[in-house]
Amino acid sequence: MEKLNKFTPYERLEIVRQKGRPTVRDYIPLIFDEFIEMHGDRLFGDDGAIMGGIGSISGIPVTIIAEVKGRNINENKECNFAMPNPEGYRKALRLAKQAEKFHRPVICFIDTPGAFAGVDAEKRGQGEAIARNLMEFMRLRTPIISIVLGEGGSGGALALGVCDELAVLENSIYSVISPRGFASILWKDAGKEKEACSIMKVTAEDMIELGVAEKVIEEPIGGAHNDVGQTAENIAEFLYKTLTKKMKIDIDVLLNERYTKFRKIGEFEEG
Amino acid sequence: MGLEDLFNVVKTRFNATAEDNKDDKDSGDSAVKVPDNMLFKCPRCLNVIMTDELEKNLKVCPKCNYHSRLTAQERIQLIADKNSFSEFDADMLSKNPIDFPDYEEKQQALRSSTGLKDAVVTGECTIRGERCVLGVMDARYMMASMGSVVGEKITRAFEFATENRLPVIMFTASGGARMQEGIVSLMQMAKTSGAVARHSDAGLLYITVLTDPTTGGVTASFASLGDIIIAEPKVLVGFAGRRVIEGTIKQRLPDDFQSAEFALEHGFADMIVERKSMRRTIAHILKLHKGAHA
Repeated sequence: MEKLNKFTPYERLEIVRQKGRPTVRDYIPLIFDEFIEMHGDRLFGDDGAIMGGIGSISGIPVTIIAEVKGRNINENKECNFAMPNPEGYRKALRLAKQAEKFHRPVICFIDTPGAFAGVDAEKRGQGEAIARNLMEFMRLRTPIISIVLGEGGSGGALALGVCDELAVLENSIYSVISPRGFASILWKDAGKEKEACSIMKVTAEDMIELGVAEKVIEEPIGGAHNDVGQTAENIAEFLYKTLTKKMKIDIDVLLNERYTKFRKIGEFEEG
Repeated sequence: MGLEDLFNVVKTRFNATAEDNKDDKDSGDSAVKVPDNMLFKCPRCLNVIMTDELEKNLKVCPKCNYHSRLTAQERIQLIADKNSFSEFDADMLSKNPIDFPDYEEKQQALRSSTGLKDAVVTGECTIRGERCVLGVMDARYMMASMGSVVGEKITRAFEFATENRLPVIMFTASGGARMQEGIVSLMQMAKTSGAVARHSDAGLLYITVLTDPTTGGVTASFASLGDIIIAEPKVLVGFAGRRVIEGTIKQRLPDDFQSAEFALEHGFADMIVERKSMRRTIAHILKLHKGAHA
């Protein structure tokens, strides 16, 4: 089917960053029958950049873990512009382990420019927190489904991205580092964000082509903000279909498939 | 060596070089030529010493104890039993998954200047008779950033160790994920962490040795996942780039920020071990875990 909105990578970056782009707080009441939020990592504190809790979708109990963008300056202060600290990733892991215990699938929503770069984040082991999640999510004995809602920036995104199936919203971007950071590192010029965007392969189609994502979730014409209800419906439909499919698979088979999904990514030749 | 002695050594060598040049009839340049790499300036304490003094001291700054970078070859010589190392995947070369301009050319140049094929060397060896899988990252190659080849070689090293019930020792050093391979590099973090998980689930020992510099996506994956984490003194260990953090907080960070000592203080390393004791320490730990690998 011919699509009306084919935006350039940079246009997409602008779309997902603009004020009014729906956040997980907009989607949750539209996708889930109910949601009970849970707080804290039981080690240090509660990170507003990652929210989590339990809910249900079409009667199936699930654990929900999500990076939260603010819709206004006050919300952004609370959620640190969706840049998690180590306690956020540790809260995510605690809730994922709880899901495993109660045989609930885990649904992760990714929406972050990246993990927070700060003195305290380093002191509390930002690197260790992300690494731990990658390892533990890889062997978590319950289905995991992740969805990139807007920005999926670097290890801060991947910490919620080890899953059995990854979906990306049509205009979302997923990248090794923010395009700004990419330009700054490789060309010593953060202003070349637009060029970075066009070269980095960050779009939903790129993710399918590179084997990073399995599914693109359509957005309404012009972007998700034009019809939050429709976007939520598209997400819900994908989630229900994928959940019921993954829940039928024997957990050891599922874990092997999860390992293989990441195992095969990489391009090299052997001389 | 006192400062005065150092000057004397430098002076005599410069003069020797100048003498050589005098004999060379084609050399019309009267300026004294300073050979490259004759002096080493410590990036930590800024002390300047003769390179051969540094080499004699296992490339450790005699003044501040900063453990400077070793090549993969030097590291293997220092750690593995003589002639015991056999390399895995020695000919693996990366492709250009996002068609990044000049990526191939850049690698060609590095391959000829370093003799490496990419930023990690993996293989099997014995350390004081104990068999293990050894991985060594080499910062000369694109700051040992992790792209497809680094990710694949490390994953295979862990898989080999899991199949053969061997411990893994990984000397980490990296600027992080390799930007030139885009999202494909990011996925190597998940891939390597998955391989570590399987090795761990098999009840096998994994020792990480953090060397200069261990940062970014490597810190945020296999480098932080060792059962035992050792760091070399004074090396850089952290996640986010220093300049990025300074940009966020708008002030200069203290010098010991993101050092091995900082990692130890905050609970992210088990111990700091000097280079001269590294082989002995690792052999000792391996011996204590012998039962796990029977």
